[in-house]
Amino acid sequence: MFYIIRRLLLLVVTIALVSIITFAVFQILPGDPVRTMLGTEADETQIESLRNELGLNRPLHEQYVDWIKGLFTGDLGNSIRFSMPVSTLLMERLPVTLSVASMALIIVVLVALPLGIFVAKRQKKFSDVVLSSVTQLGMAIPSFWLGMILILYIGMNVDFFKISGYIPWSESIKGALSTLILPALTIAIPQIAVKFRYVRTSILEQMQLDYVRTIRSKGLPEKIVVYKHILKNALIPILTIFGLITAEVVAGTIIVEQVFALPGIGQLLITSISYRDFPLVQGIVMYITITVVFINFVVDILYSVIDPRIRLR
Amino acid sequence: MKSSTVENNKQKDVLLEVNDLRIYFDINRKKVAKAVDGVDFSIHKGETVALVGESGSGKSVTSLSVIGLVPMPPGKIISGTIKLEEQELLSLPEKSMRKVRGNDIGMIFQEPMTSLDPVFTIGNQIIESLVYHQRLSKKEARKQAIELLKIVGIANSEKVIDEYPHQLSGGMRQRVMIAIALSNNPKLLIADEPTTALDVTVQSQILKLMLKMKDTFNSSILLITHDMGVVAETADRVLVMYGGQIVEEAAVKELFLNPKHPYTMALLKTMPNLDQNLRRLPSIPGNVPPAHQFPEGCRFADRCEFVMEKCRQVAPELVRISDGHKARCHLPFLKGGEYDAQ
Repeated sequence: MFYIIRRLLLLVVTIALVSIITFAVFQILPGDPVRTMLGTEADETQIESLRNELGLNRPLHEQYVDWIKGLFTGDLGNSIRFSMPVSTLLMERLPVTLSVASMALIIVVLVALPLGIFVAKRQKKFSDVVLSSVTQLGMAIPSFWLGMILILYIGMNVDFFKISGYIPWSESIKGALSTLILPALTIAIPQIAVKFRYVRTSILEQMQLDYVRTIRSKGLPEKIVVYKHILKNALIPILTIFGLITAEVVAGTIIVEQVFALPGIGQLLITSISYRDFPLVQGIVMYITITVVFINFVVDILYSVIDPRIRLR
Repeated sequence: MKSSTVENNKQKDVLLEVNDLRIYFDINRKKVAKAVDGVDFSIHKGETVALVGESGSGKSVTSLSVIGLVPMPPGKIISGTIKLEEQELLSLPEKSMRKVRGNDIGMIFQEPMTSLDPVFTIGNQIIESLVYHQRLSKKEARKQAIELLKIVGIANSEKVIDEYPHQLSGGMRQRVMIAIALSNNPKLLIADEPTTALDVTVQSQILKLMLKMKDTFNSSILLITHDMGVVAETADRVLVMYGGQIVEEAAVKELFLNPKHPYTMALLKTMPNLDQNLRRLPSIPGNVPPAHQFPEGCRFADRCEFVMEKCRQVAPELVRISDGHKARCHLPFLKGGEYDAQ
């Protein structure tokens, strides 16, 4: 119980810190949203009045406190570029990004975990050189390129897939899948290439340990040795890695959404930055932060489920 | 071995018989480590046999080979037979060997701290073995597990069964290990340095428990240790190993009173003794030669205080000295001559 409370506190502190940093960064960053909005022709009085209107002339701490209040009430201010509430914009785009990201994550787990176990069990057959080349290749492939290759060779040839745009789940599940699978694969493939080796390594590390010899000395079949004992122990380091993936997957969506013309958060982020749309950028960054921090919180809780030694601390 | 009359009488009671066991490890393409190099011994029913030697003498590999857990590769069995009663173990397929492991042979390891799976409860780890080997239901197995924990001297076993290894002390964990090893009533209990990692007070408790369990379950013990004190306390018969070979074999009393191999003598001298007022604990100079470059002659020659010219050229054979006493040494006393060690 203490463990969970401590993790929760940590979660709150992290989000608070990120909110301060995000807020501060956009005060320091060059570029003036008001001038961007009004163009080069605007005179000083126009600029001044818009500034007052947007509340940009007030002291910084006031602006920050207002913004934080907004975070809790769901009012993140209005987007300068779209003249719409930031929260509305986020809610519109969120389902797209969440769908792509969670699908990518599921694919990574479903492929990397069994693949890692498979090569670990046959460690003599797969030389480390071959496996690490696969990993190097996976890391080296740029995701925009992989996305285009998938469009070119799968999207264009298989009728099922749509190569751009988004069909909401509510409209058609099949339609949603047809627009989401390829982007999700684009994010997942390089992740799989890297992560299955983590799985392999942690399984092999566990195999060396004393307790495995004890289990073998009990004469239990290999199935129980590997899938009950070794896997549960190996899940602890593996979980850390998969916690980190979430951040990478969320980041991955930003580029992939461009390639597949998906109207997600990533696209919104790029637009908002180029327009110096501070309220929108801040909103998006906070959303990404909260997602990542929350996933890490869930990972921490899962640790304590798997490893009894953590519950005591 | 069969020549000895004493052993002939006991022939029917032989539980384990190891003959000409050779297990080599590939270090790299050129080097081969002869971890076990021609070992013969037997264990009788109800007997406690100690296998003594320094680290690197091959005693652990010998014990692992009996239970079929030598990692292969890099290890490979070059020759030999291991017979448990009528069953030859080395040629047994893995599936049948699993039935022997944990069922006919139980094993206790050195490190109680790391030898239990940290993420499962004690109960789970005892029960899985009972369920697999005896086909008990979970409920029956749990009952039996609680009983087993009681037998190995864990008082509040109903509570301990649901605890995790990290919640127990070293001595308690070793008791749990013993309970696991005994769970299917094995004929042979192999204990690889079972007390080395424990406090001295707990050590003798665990040793006593093992001997008691041996009688309760009517099994035999193969005890691997480097501690002559432990040997004196527990063993009936002693095998001294050096450089992958048995260099001396004798009943425990005979070995302590009348050691024949200089290595055994040296080992005995390293035992601290209250009567002696020594400033420094005695030790054997040098190390066990690496198993990939044994000398041509006697493997102990470089560290032997009685080394002779012959020792460097001809490897000694394991020779019978008296009933049940054998030694692998060239020293003249082996031929019955007078010899004064000091």
